[in-house]
Amino acid sequence: MEELIQHLTPILKEVWGYIFPNEIELHWGILIVLYPYLTGLVAGAFILASLVKVFNVKELQPTYRLAMLTAMAFLIVAPLPLLAHLGHPERAYEILITPNSTSAMAMFGFVYAWYLMAVLCLEIWFEYRRDIILWAQKETGIKKWIHKIISLFSKDISEKAIHFDKKWVKIITIIGIPSAFLLHGYVGFIFGSIKANPWWSSVLMPIVFLFSAIVSGIAMVLILYMIITPVRGKQLDILCLDKLASYLFYVMIIDFSLEALDFVHRVYESEESIKILAYLVSNKLFISLVVIQLFMGMLIPLAMIALIKIMKSPPDLKKMVYFISAILVQVGIFSTRWNIVIGGQLFSKSFRGLTVYKITFFGLEGFFASVIVFCLPFILLYILTKVLPPWEEARNP
Amino acid sequence: MKNNIIETDKKVERRSFLKKIAILALAPIAFGFLGSTDKLKTVKKWMLENGYIPSNHKWGMGIDISKCIGCGRCAVACKNENNVPKEPFFFRTWVERYRIYEDGDVQVDSPNGSIDGFDNIRTTNKKMLRSFFVPKICNHCDNPPCVQVCPVGATFKGEDGVVLVDSDYCVGCRYCIQACPYGARFLHPETHTAEKCTFCYHRIVQDKLPACVEVCPTQARVFGELNKKSSPLVRFLRMNKIGILKPSLNTEPKVYYANLDMEVK
Repeated sequence: MEELIQHLTPILKEVWGYIFPNEIELHWGILIVLYPYLTGLVAGAFILASLVKVFNVKELQPTYRLAMLTAMAFLIVAPLPLLAHLGHPERAYEILITPNSTSAMAMFGFVYAWYLMAVLCLEIWFEYRRDIILWAQKETGIKKWIHKIISLFSKDISEKAIHFDKKWVKIITIIGIPSAFLLHGYVGFIFGSIKANPWWSSVLMPIVFLFSAIVSGIAMVLILYMIITPVRGKQLDILCLDKLASYLFYVMIIDFSLEALDFVHRVYESEESIKILAYLVSNKLFISLVVIQLFMGMLIPLAMIALIKIMKSPPDLKKMVYFISAILVQVGIFSTRWNIVIGGQLFSKSFRGLTVYKITFFGLEGFFASVIVFCLPFILLYILTKVLPPWEEARNP
Repeated sequence: MKNNIIETDKKVERRSFLKKIAILALAPIAFGFLGSTDKLKTVKKWMLENGYIPSNHKWGMGIDISKCIGCGRCAVACKNENNVPKEPFFFRTWVERYRIYEDGDVQVDSPNGSIDGFDNIRTTNKKMLRSFFVPKICNHCDNPPCVQVCPVGATFKGEDGVVLVDSDYCVGCRYCIQACPYGARFLHPETHTAEKCTFCYHRIVQDKLPACVEVCPTQARVFGELNKKSSPLVRFLRMNKIGILKPSLNTEPKVYYANLDMEVK
């Protein structure tokens, strides 16, 4: 308690205008910024993977398995920031055993479980089953047993069985696309359905969340592919990169249009909250929204990819531009989440004042905790690639 | 023989070990379940023994803005009565001062929720058009957004219309704080659960008035039944022009303001 009071007291002096006295403590901090960012990466990576299976985009084959594992790694970590920010993490199971049917947040457990078990685990299992069995045959020791257990001791690699696997991968992907939409659209709904908060309350919120998720997912897989491949001493597939960049470009155009629509709609309707929101955007959020989210994270990457596509550039230049664009996009999308979550709490519901967010460094909800949470998926992904190598050469002929 | 004993000992050990594991695994669920129903039973029993039947009541509050003098006694009484932390970040009720100037400029303040009193310093030379105090409190909405969003149902609207929080059940996710349009909720820094005005529930079930109503020197606050014609609150609603806060949000507040100004949000 002492710590909290020490943290809040200086903020009192930095409040602009009038805010309700209970609003000085900002309740959803950096961990809750991470949560939509992480689930967005899950949904985005999965949608990218589904392009290969459902829409037969052959060029993206080299990233298919990597995208699936990326989705898995991020999904496993996604609930951690939520858990860490709860006042009573030990009661978290209440959300699963006695959910309140009218609460959007209560659906989390079900959406999450459905996505993890029915979509990701199943699809990865069917996709890898044949390879796991063949790996297990060649291996010895612990690895053999790990693969045997993961394959659930199935042994059938007849043509019929493989055909069955393939069919099911496709079916699960088709179920998976609306599920991925549900997973992230639902996160948008958690914010979009809060009528008390005009910054959040928007019917577009789930859709904007979704498309920004796809943007971030594609960019993340692109970054991972471009880092991992040279590290493994392999050649980057430029056709695959071109295709990734193209999809990134198209989805960013949609995302940008949606966000522009949201902006224009707000300005045009000019409701009661418009003055305080305008003040918020032009002051507290200017750097993170206008400079980072809009220019660095959206317009510059869009322009760079467009230029590189129009002018027939050499592959090395292309690679560099794609990589830089993808990094900028990641920063931009993280900033988007920041602007939504933190931005939505900076203005008072009296519409008469602004508060500040002071990040703490230590503790469960601090900066270092969130850095750890952010790094975890990458460590997990490393372990996953050891158990289930997604590389082309690991595939059995 | 000796071997046999050791064998059975081992078996017993294993059995008791497994039992312990099972108890450990099931205990939280069982305790949570039994604990909550048990507690509910004792509360219900107490209320019925004392003749309080929630469904016979529907509570509300009336606040006459023209009567409030901004003394802040209500905010002090509330903190004392309900063990609200004394620091200026946690309030179940507070009083705002509005100063509206000729050019339309509005200044609002509530230093320490009115507990420290309001200063007289004028920061501007502009002429004042009107000025008044507004006590704020949880509106005990009939259509409460906080209850709607609570993931575990820890916050609920009772049969008597009072919106309460079960602090043994609240997970501290703070979604209700985000959903409240009136800033009436906070997270208790010690219990780490959501907190808000209960209309002094422990008092009203004993036929007493909420602390803030009891101490108000000008009777700016009126507490009572909404469904009984003889209640002072119904009289208050009959005698005044009534306004509610943020009507466009359709939260249907049960805190009614007389002489409410358009600047109050």
